[in-house]
Amino acid sequence: MSQPRSRSARIIKVDYLARVEGEGALYVKLRGERVEDVKLKIFEPPRFFEAFLRGRHFSEAADITARICGICPVAYQMSAVHAIERALGITVTPEIRLLRRLLYCGEWIESHALHVYLLHAPDFLGYEDALAMARDHRELVEQGLRLKKIGNRLVSVIGGREIHPVSACVGGFYRVPTRTELEALKAELEWALEASLATLRWSAGLQYPDFEPDREFVALRHPHEYPLNEGRLVSNRGLDIDVSEFEDRIIEQHVKHSTALHCLLRERGSYMVGPLARVNLNFDQLPEVARRAAADAGFAVPCRNPFRSIQARALELVFACWEALRIIGEYQPPAEARIEAPARATVGCAATEAPRGVLYHRYELDADGRILAARIVPPTSQNQRRIEEDLRELLPRLLDEPMERMSWRCEQAIRNYDPCISCATHFLRVELEREG
Amino acid sequence: MLVIGCGNPDCGDDAAGLLVARRVRELGLAAAECSGEATSLMACWEGEPEVILVDAVMTGAPVGTLQVWDGARTPFMRGRFRCSTHGLGVAEAIELARALGCLPARLRIYGIEGRAFVPGTAPSRQVLEAVERAAQLILAEAACMNPD
Repeated sequence: MSQPRSRSARIIKVDYLARVEGEGALYVKLRGERVEDVKLKIFEPPRFFEAFLRGRHFSEAADITARICGICPVAYQMSAVHAIERALGITVTPEIRLLRRLLYCGEWIESHALHVYLLHAPDFLGYEDALAMARDHRELVEQGLRLKKIGNRLVSVIGGREIHPVSACVGGFYRVPTRTELEALKAELEWALEASLATLRWSAGLQYPDFEPDREFVALRHPHEYPLNEGRLVSNRGLDIDVSEFEDRIIEQHVKHSTALHCLLRERGSYMVGPLARVNLNFDQLPEVARRAAADAGFAVPCRNPFRSIQARALELVFACWEALRIIGEYQPPAEARIEAPARATVGCAATEAPRGVLYHRYELDADGRILAARIVPPTSQNQRRIEEDLRELLPRLLDEPMERMSWRCEQAIRNYDPCISCATHFLRVELEREG
Repeated sequence: MLVIGCGNPDCGDDAAGLLVARRVRELGLAAAECSGEATSLMACWEGEPEVILVDAVMTGAPVGTLQVWDGARTPFMRGRFRCSTHGLGVAEAIELARALGCLPARLRIYGIEGRAFVPGTAPSRQVLEAVERAAQLILAEAACMNPD
């Protein structure tokens, strides 16, 4: 018979969370079997990007917002240009639309490959980091690096450079690639598709905690394709709105322990964005090769286990490689790299699917095209409250574990979301306090 | 031989490595610029047997101090270099490449001590002076390696 827990407090502190982008910490206080407090502390200084944008011409927004993140600059560029184009009433050509989709595939491949292989795999295989893992799992790490490299090349060929690309603009691109430049990537992308399928099969052999909390998933959904650049904002609980209603339905709250705002669905609470949400809400839009590979890997929707996010990312790697090959196969360089975007006083918003989830931008412009106001809601802000709630629901299952293992499991639960603190502040240290 | 300069051009002293790469290119050497993100850096030196890597460092030495290490032989302590994405920066690239057996056979590392890494600021005078010293030393090193 187990002994009743004493009433003194137990605190677990992880002072700096590893394998996430940016600076943050986790504080958890336990008393007996009760979780008294969970705080995902984000202390990276606010970066005031929305304020930087005021007074700048709308043509600068894509390059300024790309600087918010070194891992998902394309997402910032895409949300910016789409929001401004919606404001100005511009519709880009189908060829430009496809090229933007291809650019986004490159970013998904590099970001997902980095997280699956170098940041999340060590959690499942029991290593401190990728460096320790590389000594025993050399082929796995080499595969991840090669996958990421092809994503980098794709972004570089279309975007002009692999980090903070420079070619995307309102109305299209400053320069579009030639057919030869894209066809040169086909052989590596064909290898990448096979490697992604192998990654999904490998993920089937990992051990996943039995943890399926009920939650609301939110993602874009498009009637004809897996979402990247556009779609309606939908959820598994009936949300189905145009992106222009985003600010009516999603509220941002300031909390003392975070320099990033917490997002909540009005009158409903926390929600989850990102690969698991996208896969749950858009599984039917995945190509046959991805759906069949998911079934072979034992991954089925709905899937509520956030630890299986690694499988959702692997599945999206398959999709991104397949989609990139499809687009390159039918690519014809646009006759015009971009269409004109005459300035006028207007307001517009858009959301696209960043690797970590829905990324919302809104811009108010004056008659000369200067930005009067900007609003940016990144995916990590939207996931913050849900991460805290995952931990509140997970911790009672870990009470018999040694403190060190509890702490490690908390960090893993946070990494399920691949949080990008630098984006959210425009976060990780862990403190776990236990009484009893 | 390839010179790789790492850093961020818009974060004060963090520009040091990039400035050295630009200077040695003016002096006729092959030079590449890299953010310092680990996987990009590994891709940058792939197939290169001889590499000189230049980056801003924080070791506690006076600002502008130039230090040189043998990267092919010396294990690198994390936290010495300034730049990192998801915790994967220059030190991790070197150690990951060492573990995977894909480190350049000859890797010399020039570290320029920085102090201020504030976004939107220029490098300090001491760092700019160290950039020129590093460029001249690299030029001399290249001449010794390729006497013709």
